[in-house]
Order: sequence, then structure tokens, then C-alpha cells
Amino acid sequence: MSKLYMKGNEAIVEGALRAGLEGFFSYPITPASEIIETFASKYFADREREKRGEKPLYPKFRVFMQMESELASINAVMGGASIGCRVMTASSSPGISLKQEGISYIAACELPCVIVNIMRGGPGLGSIQPEQGDYFQAVKGGGHGDYRLIVLAPNSVQEMAEHTMLLFNLTNKYRNPGMLLADGYLGQMKESLEFPEVPIEEYEKPWAAGNMELDGEQHTIEFLFLTPEPMVEAKKRLLEKYKTIEANEVRYETYKVDDAKIIVTAFGTPSRVAKAAVDLAREKGIKVGLVRPITLWPFPYKIYTNLTSNQVDRVLVVELSFGQFVEDVRLGVEGRAEVRLFPKFGGIVPTEEEVLEKIMELV
Amino acid sequence: MRVSALIPKYPEPETYVGRTHYCPGCGHATLHKILGEVIDELGIRKKVILVEPVGCSVLALRYLKVDGIQGPHGRAPAIATAVKRLKPEKIVLTYQGDGDLAAIGTNEILHAANRGELFSVIFVNNAVYGMTGGQMAPTTLIGQKSTTTPTGRMIEYAGYPLRICELLNTLDAPVYLERVSLYDVEQIARARAALKKAITNQIEKKGFSLVEVLSNCPTNWKMTPEESWRFVKEEMTKIFPLGIFRDR
Amino acid sequence: MKTEIIISGFGGQGVLFLGDLIAYAAVKEGYYVTWVPSYGPESRGGTCNCQVIYSDKQIGSPAIAHPDILIVFNQPSLYKFLPRLKTNGFLFYDSFLIKEPPAREDIKIVGVPAFQLSKMGNMAMLGAFLAVVDQIKSETIFQILEEKLKGDKTKFIPINKEAIATGMDFVKSQER
Repeated sequence: MSKLYMKGNEAIVEGALRAGLEGFFSYPITPASEIIETFASKYFADREREKRGEKPLYPKFRVFMQMESELASINAVMGGASIGCRVMTASSSPGISLKQEGISYIAACELPCVIVNIMRGGPGLGSIQPEQGDYFQAVKGGGHGDYRLIVLAPNSVQEMAEHTMLLFNLTNKYRNPGMLLADGYLGQMKESLEFPEVPIEEYEKPWAAGNMELDGEQHTIEFLFLTPEPMVEAKKRLLEKYKTIEANEVRYETYKVDDAKIIVTAFGTPSRVAKAAVDLAREKGIKVGLVRPITLWPFPYKIYTNLTSNQVDRVLVVELSFGQFVEDVRLGVEGRAEVRLFPKFGGIVPTEEEVLEKIMELV
Repeated sequence: MRVSALIPKYPEPETYVGRTHYCPGCGHATLHKILGEVIDELGIRKKVILVEPVGCSVLALRYLKVDGIQGPHGRAPAIATAVKRLKPEKIVLTYQGDGDLAAIGTNEILHAANRGELFSVIFVNNAVYGMTGGQMAPTTLIGQKSTTTPTGRMIEYAGYPLRICELLNTLDAPVYLERVSLYDVEQIARARAALKKAITNQIEKKGFSLVEVLSNCPTNWKMTPEESWRFVKEEMTKIFPLGIFRDR
Repeated sequence: MKTEIIISGFGGQGVLFLGDLIAYAAVKEGYYVTWVPSYGPESRGGTCNCQVIYSDKQIGSPAIAHPDILIVFNQPSLYKFLPRLKTNGFLFYDSFLIKEPPAREDIKIVGVPAFQLSKMGNMAMLGAFLAVVDQIKSETIFQILEEKLKGDKTKFIPINKEAIATGMDFVKSQER
């Protein structure tokens, strides 16, 4: 039975601390602020423990900082990652836009770190209600240049904790920044959950700045080339790494797809609504299943290819935006099935009945 | 002729590798060299993490054999903040130009100074954007020509030269703020002493230190090196007076 | 078994806390639970609501279209959510703050003058909910209060319990 009960934003903190987080640098923004607040309360409670001569609960978590801006936050993360520390920042859509410059540099320098985006409504100041309009920004690269972020899309408070831990593993394994992409609903929602259990992997970081004391060699964290040839080589290595990640790290969930003629597909909160709608449709005898991507990059194109190569001839995409995720679904389907979009934007989560209605239209 | 041929022969510091890409007569090479000397003298080479700017000195880590990080334009103080706090045993330096520190990165330097971060800042002010080809800097003098102020900087368009030492001197936290120059041997010696003091303050955990170095840009100022140093001495120091602003 | 509850009122009436308390109690009793707040820039005086689901199976959508139970503390909340309440669902409303009686006959209506019975009207309403719905044990609620109100805050436990008891007594007296 469930033991814990907390907000999605709090679960991220739980996961990060279990993953051995050393530094957190951030700037407050709704609906992500509970992340910085929870880190603050844990960090300063530990400092109070130290004052009383007690051991801190999180001895690895040495640095917490509310920075002066989103730019300073992401660059502090770059600094911490450059010296081989486990670091993280968290924000919501407008704040993530501000971080894009730093994210591009971090990706270029191949620095492992975790960036959390609790998506709100956009564009512009938009709203603080949940949307998924940052999909393109997260998976296609919101900053300048060719690069990829490993993007995970949790759909429960349990996964908010577990995916944070998993993302520390993946980002350290591949020396690549990663993003936890969740909608505001998941950040604000409280839910019962089990103790998150993800084995934490440790990786050597011989490349880190500051290692001169260990090996006498100069270690510089930079990505700057004055001539094309060395840059071609460096970018080839980067591309190879991205291909390796694409080959090894695709994750997704399927539900009742074995005999399905129709699949509904969604990520984050809409995927839960879609799953409930699949059950309602099954009660009516409709052969429908669910595909839920867990990694948005690398994207699980193949599952769409496989399903639509066989029995599936209709695909319903549910997302909280004009339709961004749908474009990747179409790339997987490659015209083998009809892809219909149910876009729900502006901060409203669709109901199970609405999704059921859309499924029935496809029958 | 190589730049190094212009420099009189005396022992090269371990930290500094000469033959820089800088234009003939540029102050960066001199500043790199005295910084290398100070690092050697303090015996801290393997403990240093230098955060480079974006600007002419973007390749500083090719000439200074220390560990370091190349960050985005203006963000060095944010990077250095995290590095020093996560690894307090390291000696953390930022080396920043006037566009980097006083324009695009003003927020970062102001807040790092205000928090009293325990790293040392080397701020090179040459009143122009050198690397991008001579545009106006926040520190460009009134009437001074640049590619974006072709008739000279006008107050009504671009305001006044920004004085960083004076600005930071309004804050409570910094322990050491000094403006030096490189226009003659005596000034170079003073600059060297200032660098040593700023780094020593960090070693002794005193607090935030910044050394502003008035330097030149003969290429973009369209002057000979001699004329450029005379301009620093006679014109820049009028607006940016040399001296110690804070020493606690 | 799956119960879906919407609780709504003005910010400052303890709407989110009430929902959170019910949700946490349901966790303690072994249910799967979700709690979703409306979140906004208003801290006091604006309207706010939360959605609570507890179930013996894993919960699909955390968003509630048609609640089984509606608890409202002001007129705008009643207008907004009453049409969505399921047939045979429960409506709990503060009959002290909401003067206009609810206009539906296919539901069970429980009027409780919660903010007249107690300054902690949300707790009085909780008492009524516990007594009428009979799914969450009041002992579990008391256990949580003792867990959450520690140290200096221990003194608040008796007044909370008292407010809960007031609400319970009120609905029992109405039954008689």
C-alpha cells in the first residue's frame, strides 16, 4: 500500500536528494515554486541540525541558492556541472525560455545536469495553468545550435520522483543535460506514492575542471573553434553520442494495444485521462489501446511504426497545445494510419468523457 | 614580427604560455603574463579555476595553464559562484571585459558582489568592444568614436560611461575594489600587486575582490600602441580615476 | 470504490486544507489518492477550489468532471459546480454564507451553517462530511492533526477537534 503523500513538485525534490544532489540553483516561478521552497526548507533544516551538533540528513546537498535570475541559475548549474558536481535547476515555461542560452552551452560542453520544466500556459506571460506548449522547445532544442536534451515525461507524482532519479543516471551516463518535462497539473497535484526506488549509478568524471590537482593536466570546459575542421570532429562525436542514446534509451508505456484498432496517445497528465478513456471505450467493446511516450527525446517512433504497420488504422493524439507532439507521432506513423488531433489548450485538462467522445468519432 | 619578439627576454612564468593571438601592443598579453606570475608566486596553479569571458580574451585558457570554464557572455560570476560554493578549496577567478561584465553581465556581477562571493574578478576596461570589431562599450568615453558611435558617443543617445568600481563601492559586501592600469612599467607593477592582493583575499577567505584594469585597444581605437597608452593615461583616467576604492 | 469530491469557496476559508486533510486521511486508510488545487495569484479573498479522489484502484484522470460529493462555502462556487454534481450525489453547503437554497432535487443536500457554528468553518464542515458520508474515520483525521500540529501548535488540536465535533453534532441533530 502507498506510504507517502506529496505534491509532484515535492516529489522531484525527494528524487533529487535520493540521487545525491549536491547543488540546487533556481529562481521562483509559479507553478514550480514548491521545488525551490522545499529545497530551501530541507537545506536550512540541515544547517540548523549542524548548529545543534547533529548530523545533516542530506550531507551531499551542500549548496542551495536562490539566484538573481533564470540566467544566473542555469549558469550556476553550468559551473557546478563543469567541476563534476550533481546539480539541478527548476522553473516553468517563461523561466525556461530565459535559460535557453545556458542550456545550449551546457549541451555543447557535454555537462550532465537536470533541468525541470513545470509547464504553464504560453506564449508570453500566458497563464499559470497547465499546458504542454514547450514540447518543441524541449525536444527540438530551444537554444541555438544542434543539440539534444534527454527529455522525460512523467505522468504521476510517483514518476516525478523516479524520473528525476532516472534522469540523474542518464545525464551522467551520457554526459548530457536532461529535462524533466511536466505540466503544471503534475507539479501542483498531490498523490499517494510508494517510496521511490531507482538504483543510483555513479560515473567517474575525469574530464571535470579542477582535476588538475589529481592528474596535473589542464582541464578546460569549452566549445569554441576558430577553424571548421576541429569543430567538424567535435560535432561528429556529439552526433554519435545522440545516436547511441536514440538506440539505447527509448522508453514508453503501452496499454491494451495487442488487439487495438485504434490507439490513443498522449504524455503527462493527458495520458492519464486518455488511459481512463480507453477503459471506458473498452467497456463499450471498442478495440482501443494507449501509447504513452516516457522519453520525448529520444522519441519512440518505432512503436507507432510497428502498431500502424499491423492492425492499428486510427491514432488519436491528445495534447495540451495547438499540436506539437502530434508532429512526432506523424513521423512515426508515416501515413499508415489516420492521425487525428484533439488539442486542448488554454489551461484546461480534457475530461475522460471528452476523450471517449473523440474515440467514438473514430470508430 | 611575432608579438613575443617585442617583449624583453626574462624568465617566463610556469602558468603563462606566451605567443598570444592578441594584436600588437594589446594590454591583454601583459595582463595574462602578470596574472601567470602571481599564480606562480602564490603556488596555486593546480588549484585555480578560471572562468573566461566572451570577448578578445575568450582564449585566455590557451595562454594560462590552469583549469577553467568558458561560459556564456557575461555569466562568469554566476558560474564562479557555483564553483566556489561547491568547491571552496579552489581558487576561483573570473576574467571579464567591459562588454561582458559591464553590459550584458551587469546583473550577474552586481549580485555576486552584493552576496560577497568569495572569488576574485579581473575586469579589463578598454572602452570598446574589441572582438566584434570596435563597437561602443558601456565604458566608451563621451565623444569617443566607435563603429556604432561614428560621430563620437553622445550623452543624449547613449548616456554616460559606466563606472564599475564606483558602482560596486555602494554595496556593503565587497572587501577590495581597486582600479589600476598598464600604461607604464610602474602601473604594471601596481596592477600586479593588486592582482596578488585580490587573490590573497580569497585565499584568506576575506570576501569579494575586484580589480579593474584600464587597458587599450590600438586596433579599434585606430592608434599606435604608444598613442593608445597615452590615451589611457591622459583621457581614460580622467573619467575612470585610478586608486583603491575599498580595502577592508 | 471510487469517490470524487470538489471543494470550493473563498481563499482563506481553508478550502485547500480541508481537501488535503481528507486526501491524506484516505492515504492513511490505504486508498489511492489524488488532490489537485486550483492555484492562482490570489491568497486571500479570491475563489479557490480543490479536487480530491480516493479509490481502491489506481486513479486515471485526476481531473473531476462530475463529482460524487460537492462541498461549497460561497454562492459563486455553488453556481459553478452544482450543475456538475452527479445524480444522487451529496451537496454540502454553508447555509450561513449561502442564502439562496440549491435548486436541484435529484441530489442529497446537507446544509451546515459551518462558519456560524465555528470560526473554523472548514473543520465544522469536515465533521458533517465525516458523519454523513461515513467513508473516512474521524480517528484517522485526529491522528493526522496530532502528527501535523506539533510543538507550539499542539494547542490548536483541541479547538480543531471541537470544531469537527460541532459539525458532526449539527448533522446528527438534524437527522433527529
